[in-house]
Amino acid sequence: MSLTIDGRKVSVREGTTILAACREIGIEIPTLCFLETLHPINACRICVVEVEGGRVLVPSCSRAAEEGMVVHTQSSRVKHSRKLVLEMLASSVDLSTTPQVAEWIEEYEAKPERFGPPAPPAAPGTRDASVPGHHAPPNPEFAATVAEPAKIDNDLYVRDYAKCILCYKCVEACGPDHQNTFAIAVAGRGFDAHISTEFAVPLPESACVYCGNCIAVCPTGALMATTEYEKRAAGTWDESRMTTTDTICPYCGVGCTLRLHVDDGVIVKATSPLENSITQGNLCIKGRFGWRFVQNRDAVPGGNGAGNGDGR
Amino acid sequence: MDLHLRHAAPTDQERAAVDALLGPPTSSWLGGTRGDVARDTHVAHGGRETREQRHLLLPALEALQARVGWISETGLEYVCTRLGVPPADAWGVATFYALLSTTPRAPRVLHVCDDVACRCKGAAELIEQLERKVGPAHSHGPHGDHVEIDPHSAVWMRSPCLGLCDQAPAAFLQQAGDARHERLVGELTVERAVTLLQEPPPAFVPHSDMPKQLVYSMEHRRPFFMQDDSPLMTETSTLRLPQDDNDAPQHRGLLDRIGIVDPTDIAAYRNTGGFDALRRAIELGPDAVIREVIDSKLMGRGGAAFPTGRKWDAVAKQSAHPHYLICNADESEPGTFKDRVLLDGDPFAIVESMAIAGFATGCERGFLYIRGEYPLGASRVQHAIDEARKHGFLGGNILGRGIRFDIEIRRGAGAYICGEETAIFNSIEGFRGEPRNKPPFPVQAGLFGLPTVVNNVETLANIPAIVLNGGQAFARIGTEESTGTKLFCLSGNVERPGVYEVEFGKTVRDLLDMAGGVTNGRKLQAMLLGGAAGVFIGPNDLDIPLTFEGARAAKATLGSGVLVAFDEAVDMKQILLRIASFFRDESCGQCVPCRVGTVRQEEALYRIASGKTIGGVSGEIALLDEVGLAMKDSSICGLGQTAYAAIESAIHRVGLLNGKSEIHI
Repeated sequence: MSLTIDGRKVSVREGTTILAACREIGIEIPTLCFLETLHPINACRICVVEVEGGRVLVPSCSRAAEEGMVVHTQSSRVKHSRKLVLEMLASSVDLSTTPQVAEWIEEYEAKPERFGPPAPPAAPGTRDASVPGHHAPPNPEFAATVAEPAKIDNDLYVRDYAKCILCYKCVEACGPDHQNTFAIAVAGRGFDAHISTEFAVPLPESACVYCGNCIAVCPTGALMATTEYEKRAAGTWDESRMTTTDTICPYCGVGCTLRLHVDDGVIVKATSPLENSITQGNLCIKGRFGWRFVQNRDAVPGGNGAGNGDGR
Repeated sequence: MDLHLRHAAPTDQERAAVDALLGPPTSSWLGGTRGDVARDTHVAHGGRETREQRHLLLPALEALQARVGWISETGLEYVCTRLGVPPADAWGVATFYALLSTTPRAPRVLHVCDDVACRCKGAAELIEQLERKVGPAHSHGPHGDHVEIDPHSAVWMRSPCLGLCDQAPAAFLQQAGDARHERLVGELTVERAVTLLQEPPPAFVPHSDMPKQLVYSMEHRRPFFMQDDSPLMTETSTLRLPQDDNDAPQHRGLLDRIGIVDPTDIAAYRNTGGFDALRRAIELGPDAVIREVIDSKLMGRGGAAFPTGRKWDAVAKQSAHPHYLICNADESEPGTFKDRVLLDGDPFAIVESMAIAGFATGCERGFLYIRGEYPLGASRVQHAIDEARKHGFLGGNILGRGIRFDIEIRRGAGAYICGEETAIFNSIEGFRGEPRNKPPFPVQAGLFGLPTVVNNVETLANIPAIVLNGGQAFARIGTEESTGTKLFCLSGNVERPGVYEVEFGKTVRDLLDMAGGVTNGRKLQAMLLGGAAGVFIGPNDLDIPLTFEGARAAKATLGSGVLVAFDEAVDMKQILLRIASFFRDESCGQCVPCRVGTVRQEEALYRIASGKTIGGVSGEIALLDEVGLAMKDSSICGLGQTAYAAIESAIHRVGLLNGKSEIHI
């Protein structure tokens, strides 16, 4: 079927989304909640485009292209909505570790500060205890935020929900799309909605199996392996220095591709490529976190005890 | 999927509440105790069969709420065990609904409305007095384990519109316990509120035990108002038809039986033509019924004004089966109470209309989704369903013609968004009431992913007349594009608030006159048309015709038929703030423009109110316009798309934020 995007005729297979059609002809559309390996939830609305004849804008990530559709990806309505979505997110969420967002903020001339200075973080547990249908009156001095202290309740990863844009990806990855563990869900309502375990219990008391597949899909760094979190806090996380090496996970016979992120000879993170047909970016607790033995020579019984821990 | 459970046993009360809905567990996998269940504990019973009952999640949570007064961890886990739902997932659902508490709470809760219509009748002042007399509104503690709760304790909370605007100020009383009790309370005073909080309400009186002569005053064609000392106080009707007070008898069609025919008596319903239309529909056959509905040009009365016949036709033609019918009785648009009057006053008509709709569109199962704040309507319709089934108007062999159709009631639990036509699917299916993206449209993939008709109560109530008199006869009533009659909900500062039924074609002024004009002869400041998602109009706009085309031409909307009048004494900034606060509370939180936009909108109005603006009032208005446009263009559903509509019209159409008046906060 053929459609027109920004004045250009495009032919695509039936079922292709507008986003995919745009990418085929090299038109860049920003996305946050979209990921190829997950069902599109189309909640962030940054990928909206204008379809002629439509009353409202449509999310390009999930709307299928239709014969004869006329799409505008840079109309003033589109730019306005993208700008406002960026302003709304940047004024309420810490986007400091969200890739590309700074460029988009510049491109769309978003000014998140115009809603007022960001409100200070809520006390721990406050957002977890929000009550649907009720909220405290606004504070005219501040713009409301989702800021709260990071949840550090296990050794493997940190949940810093001050950075959460509620894209639902972690819930989908933990639940029906990948892992089928269902340890987390969206709880609460409206601006108080948040990702939570049942009764907000700490992760070790929940159904979490520490596969880390939620970390793999998180677009903002709200979910982060402890190693990365600590290095970032210490100011020693520098991706430009890192190299990656693809290998096969040594643990079981599935043979997942492991991508080791190495900083100066030390493994600092393990992921799996999204495009890998076996993993689709997923791993289990062993593949994701079980690599420390490689560089933990001090602890190897019978080792010489003189390892420098750098893994070489 | 394995459920991760802590296996803490539910209390006896929790178990009883859930088992009363789901029946006793049949295996220890499903929460039965060893020895009590016959089946082997070493085999996993349940699986798909169990998980397919997920649509009972909300009813199960409501059962816990009604019995215990809150949903504890052990209670939630028991429900999860019974239905195969992961606890985190169920937690997400439980924390979505305002009428469910996930923290320990007193068993008696008085939800006091402070929404726009009730504010015109002193709700804000009443709440101030209540705060002085009994202390602040209930604030939730942290979630946690069971704590001792005094079974006689009570708390009060603020509430959005309860759909009792004609008897403002309104409240909703919830009494949890073995004898569940819920009721709307009209014309609330602070003394009455204190009494309701202090004294346990009388036990529930089922319909069959109700002395009917007390309920209906036939000779006066007037609904009753029972006194507080009446043994039937628990069932105090919420019916009031001020229309009949007018000197000239007004048209009644949809309201024919309201207050005249006993809503609990199927014989009385049949004696007044009840079920004739169903019989006639079956004689005509599905295609001819749909043809009549198309010819009638009936448009949906819930707010979207979609042609009903086209919707039915689209579902009837879908090859995927089964088809589902949903009667949307989640009436929650602030200022709307017309469906409550129909549900309370003529429940058999809704049942009959649903049976006709189900027959015409090839559905065998229908759901009536009614807001949780309408307990009387829910019990009246349930009674009507039971009676209709008993008399062969529902069930597996309707009127002996081999036609199958039956109705289940689903009660909402305090979420305006669930009235959105796709959020209602998620709510019924046992998920968070978040709207779905369209397409696919409900007629293609709706409830359980199958073709679904969703019709508003009032829309359906028109069906029997269309079937009996023909679509063309119906189309002759009203105007060319707006056919039939329409129920309008008059409230706020009018002399005689209530539901008024008129043929399409009247103006706002006509309706205002019917309701006796502005209270105490005061000057009208503004009117809200169509609810919080509607528009404000000024005193110079009263000649807008209340038709779909007339409202459209005047850049207004009929919405759900709301007409709230505000006199000159009302502080409109407070009203606008309340509307903004409403949308901030009721946004589901799924999409960014609505989740954050409703917050930014409330903040800007609040800054204007407190005089601490960013860039002056004009700067704030510019900000509101920008946020509003993004919400309108990019939100997933109608809630976000209309969240700025009323405020925008108040600013730009009526000029309510102009001038220097400061609001008191």
